Amino acid sequence: MFTWSRPINVTRSRIAQLAPPLERHVRAARSALQRVARWLLHLWRSSLQLRVIVSTMLLGLIVVLMLGSYLYQRIADGLVNDRIITARAEATSQTLAAQSRFDSAGRMDAVSLTQLAFDVVGQLSSPGADRSREVILTRAKNNTGPASVPTVLSGDVGLPSVPAGLRTAIAADPTHQQVQLILISSVDGATVPAAIVGSRVTLPAAGQYELYFVFPLDREQQTLRVVARTFSLGAIALVLLLGGVAYVVTRIVVDPVRRAALVAERLSSGLLHERMGAHGEDDIARLGKAFNAMADSLQEQIRQLEDLSRVQQRFVSDVSHELRTPLTTIRMAGDLIHDSRHDFDPSVARSAELLHNEIDRFESLLSDLLEISRFDAGAAVLDVEATDLRNTIVRTIESTAALAARRGSRLEVIPTDRPCVAEIDPRRVERILRNLVANAIEYGEGRPVTVQLGVNAKAVAVSVCDSGVGLRAGEAAMVFNRFWRADPARARTTGGTGLGLAISREDARLHGGWLHAWGEPGVGSCFRLTLPRHTGTVIESSPLPLRLPKERSAPSPASESTSSPVAISGVAES
Amino acid sequence: MKGRVLVVDDDLALSEMLGIVLRNEGLDVVHCANGSSAMTLFRESRPDIVLLDLMLPGIDGIEVCRRIRAESGIPIVMLTARTDTIDVVVGLESGADDYVLKPFKTQELIARVRARLRRGDEPEPEQLQIGDLVIDVAGHTVKRQGKSLSLTPLEFDLLVALARKPRQVFTREVLLEQVWGYRHAGDTRLVNVHVQRLRSKIEHDPEHPEIVVTVRGVGYRAGPP
Repeated sequence: MFTWSRPINVTRSRIAQLAPPLERHVRAARSALQRVARWLLHLWRSSLQLRVIVSTMLLGLIVVLMLGSYLYQRIADGLVNDRIITARAEATSQTLAAQSRFDSAGRMDAVSLTQLAFDVVGQLSSPGADRSREVILTRAKNNTGPASVPTVLSGDVGLPSVPAGLRTAIAADPTHQQVQLILISSVDGATVPAAIVGSRVTLPAAGQYELYFVFPLDREQQTLRVVARTFSLGAIALVLLLGGVAYVVTRIVVDPVRRAALVAERLSSGLLHERMGAHGEDDIARLGKAFNAMADSLQEQIRQLEDLSRVQQRFVSDVSHELRTPLTTIRMAGDLIHDSRHDFDPSVARSAELLHNEIDRFESLLSDLLEISRFDAGAAVLDVEATDLRNTIVRTIESTAALAARRGSRLEVIPTDRPCVAEIDPRRVERILRNLVANAIEYGEGRPVTVQLGVNAKAVAVSVCDSGVGLRAGEAAMVFNRFWRADPARARTTGGTGLGLAISREDARLHGGWLHAWGEPGVGSCFRLTLPRHTGTVIESSPLPLRLPKERSAPSPASESTSSPVAISGVAES
Repeated sequence: MKGRVLVVDDDLALSEMLGIVLRNEGLDVVHCANGSSAMTLFRESRPDIVLLDLMLPGIDGIEVCRRIRAESGIPIVMLTARTDTIDVVVGLESGADDYVLKPFKTQELIARVRARLRRGDEPEPEQLQIGDLVIDVAGHTVKRQGKSLSLTPLEFDLLVALARKPRQVFTREVLLEQVWGYRHAGDTRLVNVHVQRLRSKIEHDPEHPEIVVTVRGVGYRAGPP
């Protein structure tokens, strides 16, 4: 026993070793199957052609199957009925012949009668080995006389093959033939349907006997088998043909649609010269012509817009050049006169001052207008450079310090240790910040202006807040409108053009950034610029809140962080 | 301030005004109204500085700039009415040292011209080393293995500024102040364009600079000597 247990153990452990790879194989096979299923599903969803072909073939298959089985049934019925009719006729004549032989035999002893019965049965059965007719002679059920003649068989088909119902029917109605279909086993063991015709004969001295003719339907079955095979082949051929027809038809329709889709894709990707081929006058050609007409008009409109934009840009550029050159001369002449104004009498000297100042204003207005129209013409381009915004802020503060000093405002920068490097156009960003700070000074009523810098993973932000007049409800959205002024009655002191914030917002937009405003009357206002750290990325949130810094909005005792404001420039500086 | 200025501008009123202002500063002024005769006048008058309008009839300013640069390294200041980056950069890349945007203030123009002409004070004899280059500051020469490299005065100044303090990172603003003489914020594109021009002359592979190295987000510094 011990010697046996070892090999068994070995086998088990080997199975255990084999199990994981097997499992892995099964899993791999399942995943492969899933992949194939997904692929098929995808194919089914994505290909109109496949759907049409498969549906056509399925429907065709159903129709062919129905039609085929109906026809097959009809043929089978016809064949069997024919055979039964001939079987009946044959049986009638053979029965009559048998009866007359028995009748003519006269009275004889049992042995001779049995011999006669064997002879008659032998004659009645079909000659040769084709077994197209078998004969059974047996005593009738109600013949209670002495059994002088036994049951006589011509072949293998024995009495048990005769259904009881048939025998009862003959007993009930002896004057008529009775027919039934039965199954008999053929020579090679297979069962074959057969027609059995039974009738009554009278044997001299032995009384009522039943004579059965069995006609095997093997030839009919053969014929039906050939018919079935032909039908199946026909059905397969027909379904394949249908598939082929569907393929050709869908190719004719789907191909132009696919071409149209391809051309539409290429058009939308900017290849405006792409067109469909449109030959003939059918629906497909009409589709192609309509498509091409659409593409033509699209191209034409785009071209017009491009022309318009180019004309606009060209105009802006020309106006820029044409206006700037004479303005330069005026400006230099103005400077010259202004520098020597002390030599003139007071009214001329004052005029020289006014001229000088107004040239400044005119110039800034002109450059702002040109800048705005450059945005409108789509001619503004970003000149991106990785820049630390802390430096930008320092420069902004430096350039606005003089203005702050004049207005008595203090500029405070909340310092940050984190580098705030972002891909920005430093000129544009500096322009935005200068503008925001100048506005904060202008509307800050001499109170401190706070500049704060924030950074997160995707964006940098600068907020510029003042505690001045603030903004009324709804004004936060309007401040960016061109030439909008909070209060028309308010005296203009810094000589802004009214385009500054509009340009700033365009500059921010050009970066893919945001410029937001917040304000409350009497409390102050806050402007926040948020820019993506990398060009082309989308900002999700700003690193800074859009409100006044805590220290001032709520007069809480001390700030929790080290973000105490640091004065960059004070009143003293000028 | 002594020196001769060649003013190339097609606008007569502006040219005359420029003449008045520059003469007031003690400069000699030669005027040229179109691009075609600019080169002839340039060769005849041998100016110390050129003020060049970019839009000229005949040969345009960019081309004139390129031709002057091909012959000489003298300072060229562009006068341009076009503020688009592409116009400014094309002008600088064609060889201009600096540019003034119309309409400019008289003071601004004078400051720019002065800054370009100021290089008069004889520097101390000084020899600097940067990468495999040897710079003779007084002799205004840069040599690589004994072979002299041709730099414009501005490019030379830029290189010297970087080489005097190797390993120090210069922001663009600091370079603008030291090399161009801008006391307030100037256009940092000037620095970018000129660093590129300088690199194309001194670097072995301008795509992978080793002498003038970019410090991302800050500026430039000299590479290890």
